[in-house]
Amino acid sequence: MWTMPENEEPGRPVVRVTRRYRFSASHRLHAPELSAERNREVYGKCNNPYGHGHDYVMDVTLRGPLDARLGRLVSVDQLDQFVRCTIVDAFDRRNLNLDVPEFATLVPTTENLALVAAHRLAAAWPLAFPGSPALPEKVRIWETPRNIFQVFVANSEPFRVMDESARRHAAPTKESR
Amino acid sequence: MLITRRIDFSASHTCYNPALSDSQNRALYGSEAHPHGHGHNYVLEVTLAGSPDPVTGMIVDLKDVKQWLEEEVVEPMDHRHLNHEVPPFDRVVPTTENLTVEIWRRLQPRFEGTPARLAGIRLYETEDLYVDYAGE
Repeated sequence: MWTMPENEEPGRPVVRVTRRYRFSASHRLHAPELSAERNREVYGKCNNPYGHGHDYVMDVTLRGPLDARLGRLVSVDQLDQFVRCTIVDAFDRRNLNLDVPEFATLVPTTENLALVAAHRLAAAWPLAFPGSPALPEKVRIWETPRNIFQVFVANSEPFRVMDESARRHAAPTKESR
Repeated sequence: MLITRRIDFSASHTCYNPALSDSQNRALYGSEAHPHGHGHNYVLEVTLAGSPDPVTGMIVDLKDVKQWLEEEVVEPMDHRHLNHEVPPFDRVVPTTENLTVEIWRRLQPRFEGTPARLAGIRLYETEDLYVDYAGE
């Protein structure tokens, strides 16, 4: 049986904790470098001029060594408050193109949305959880129940809001979402 | 190849560490720290790795897996108060993180010497909060 003597330093199991959040937002997919005709070809219905919305679901996964005496990677209430301030409040009931500064220069595909969310988490994490051995590992966003996008936070680091090549790279395939 | 088996069990718990102050407990465990406990419908996903046997076409007999999960998890934990009835949670705070690690420690020996390796487990406390552990 697993025992946890009070004065003994336990081996720390590495666990992942995933918390789910939801937000509803509108967006329009339109790349200013492309012609109106090409935008319609690339983005299909998602290019309709007044935009459209989704009920997004976002899983945030943390990874870190667990202090079994506390039993919590981080306080769930504190994590909720952090994710709300950093991401959910900025995205929920918003027009992503107009209300989220990153998307002034970036097409709000859900690829880019996941990158922006991961980047915001990584940037603000050390301030909110200084010295915590737990770190955000990945972000997974359901745009609809059928379209799911996952990004590892470590891979969101090179992401730059003004990066033209990243913007082109993030252009989705022809099929309509 | 990976196969995943899902089971569920319902249990009550409270997350309170007597070594911490009341305010520290509230800060760390939030509403989970209420002293009289509360319950969850836990869902456990057990993922096994292996190669199908050329004759049976199976990695492992899932009847055996079902029985091991029943004996190690469901029978001792279902409709129980974890703090009062399921050691080591008389001494260890039964957070989802600790419960996940404990379930791994109970299950892992059952797969030693079998064709299936325990690759990872995922425990959902609610559909919005789950913990993964792979023996790291």
